[in-house]
Amino acid sequence: MTSRATLIQIEGVSKWFGDFQVLRNVNLQVAERERIVICGPSGSGKSTLIRCINRLEEHQEGRIVFAGRELGPDATDLAQVRREIGMVFQEFNLFPHLTVLENCMLGPTRVLGMTAAEARDRALEFLNRVRIPEQAGKHPGQLSGGQQQRAAIARSLCMQPRVMLFDEPTSALDPVMIKEVLDVMNDLAESGMTMIVVTHEMGFARTVADRVAFMDEGSIVECLPPKQFFSNPSDERTKLFLSQILSH
Amino acid sequence: MPANAAARRSRPPPREVRGGRFWNRPWFEVLQFAVFVGALLGLAVSGAMRMGYNWQWYRIPAYIAEIADGELIWGPLARGLLVTLELTGWSVLLTLAIGLTAALLRLSDSFSGRILAKSYLEVVRSTPLLIQIYLFYFVLGPILGLDRFWVGVLALSVFEGAFAGEVIRAGILAVRRGQWEAGASLGLTRIELYRSVILPQAIPLMLPPLTGIVISLIRNSAIVSVIAVFDLTTEARNIIAETFLSFEIWITVAAIYLAFTVVLSAFATRLEHRVST
Repeated sequence: MTSRATLIQIEGVSKWFGDFQVLRNVNLQVAERERIVICGPSGSGKSTLIRCINRLEEHQEGRIVFAGRELGPDATDLAQVRREIGMVFQEFNLFPHLTVLENCMLGPTRVLGMTAAEARDRALEFLNRVRIPEQAGKHPGQLSGGQQQRAAIARSLCMQPRVMLFDEPTSALDPVMIKEVLDVMNDLAESGMTMIVVTHEMGFARTVADRVAFMDEGSIVECLPPKQFFSNPSDERTKLFLSQILSH
Repeated sequence: MPANAAARRSRPPPREVRGGRFWNRPWFEVLQFAVFVGALLGLAVSGAMRMGYNWQWYRIPAYIAEIADGELIWGPLARGLLVTLELTGWSVLLTLAIGLTAALLRLSDSFSGRILAKSYLEVVRSTPLLIQIYLFYFVLGPILGLDRFWVGVLALSVFEGAFAGEVIRAGILAVRRGQWEAGASLGLTRIELYRSVILPQAIPLMLPPLTGIVISLIRNSAIVSVIAVFDLTTEARNIIAETFLSFEIWITVAAIYLAFTVVLSAFATRLEHRVST
């Protein structure tokens, strides 16, 4: 792990919503090709943290550096940074007025300046990878939740990002669809993609993650390789959380 | 089979056929409507007779169009309608441009932009259109060197643009936040985000209230007659000044405005259907 270059560096990041402190002095380093799972009770700041990485939220203290570029109020750099960071949302957020194929082509044509033909080839390639090539011509409303989320993953992949952020990607899905999406994420992990995943899927964390971070009340309580994390967590809060989430 | 029986029972009972009592029959309802309309017409006609007004409807068609020497000659009302159409057409375009600009300014991050758009809205919404037209005509017209037609277009557009701005802003705000975030996450610039993601979803929401604004624009266009633009209303006033056919001309002119807006509403309904599917 130490041999790989650092892709994302989060140093002493704090954030407040009004008077409420959502992030408290968070430190995290993510190396290239590393896969991090963030878990923790709701309201612990997991989503806010990864939304800060592509600046959908702004942090107020500390530094976030992506590939050597510090995220700040300078907006000119922002679109450039965002195109290199893929984001997958809990509610999919596909563009409902476009077909799945057009959803996937929008970024490459409008942001990367590809021709429609190039973008279409790339979109079909990634729709194939997420195993829904036959849905290309449909609108998002005609797809199941699992298909929509896989389309959303393909849309992000079409930008060929350097890291993929997942914000509770399976929380809006039923068990069968959860498996479809997790399978795709497994493939993605095997292909060497850098991933930061906020999820409650502990099975995924166990098998795919390089490190699992546990967050509570806005700070990272501990961040350990999954073996250690699940068998021998050091903090009481982690133990309590694991006993709650694994008991059912 | 019990399952089959349950399925049969779960179907709602067939609706009772209308009828039985005569006041539930369709022919009776049609009769009711006919009696109602007939009574209204009778009231109007008898009232008109008792007024002692000399109705001269036969003179009206000539003011719309007449055939002289086998040639169709458009009357003053037709020419006025053409000016009204032209005036409205330009005003609609300008209204949309002003409305979009005002909406985007109010939604922008720029403090001065938001203040500017907000004060524009408040000033325009809180002063009478008639006074705005006078101000445009006597103050702004000479400064910008505009003729009365374009003063009319500008005044109407600035007035309706404020309302259109609110409609457009509401439509944009109705697009869910996740759409903005998904677009921004792809690295779309703000302009691209609006163009490819937000407006295509917001415009279908805006169409019904925007139709209302266009119709109000048509009606309000009558006010430009005060600055002597030769629109439908001005032509009507001129004819009345010469002939004293007040009732016939005003009723005709109202009918023309009505026909115009009804056609427009029908067109807008079709457009909404097409956009929403």
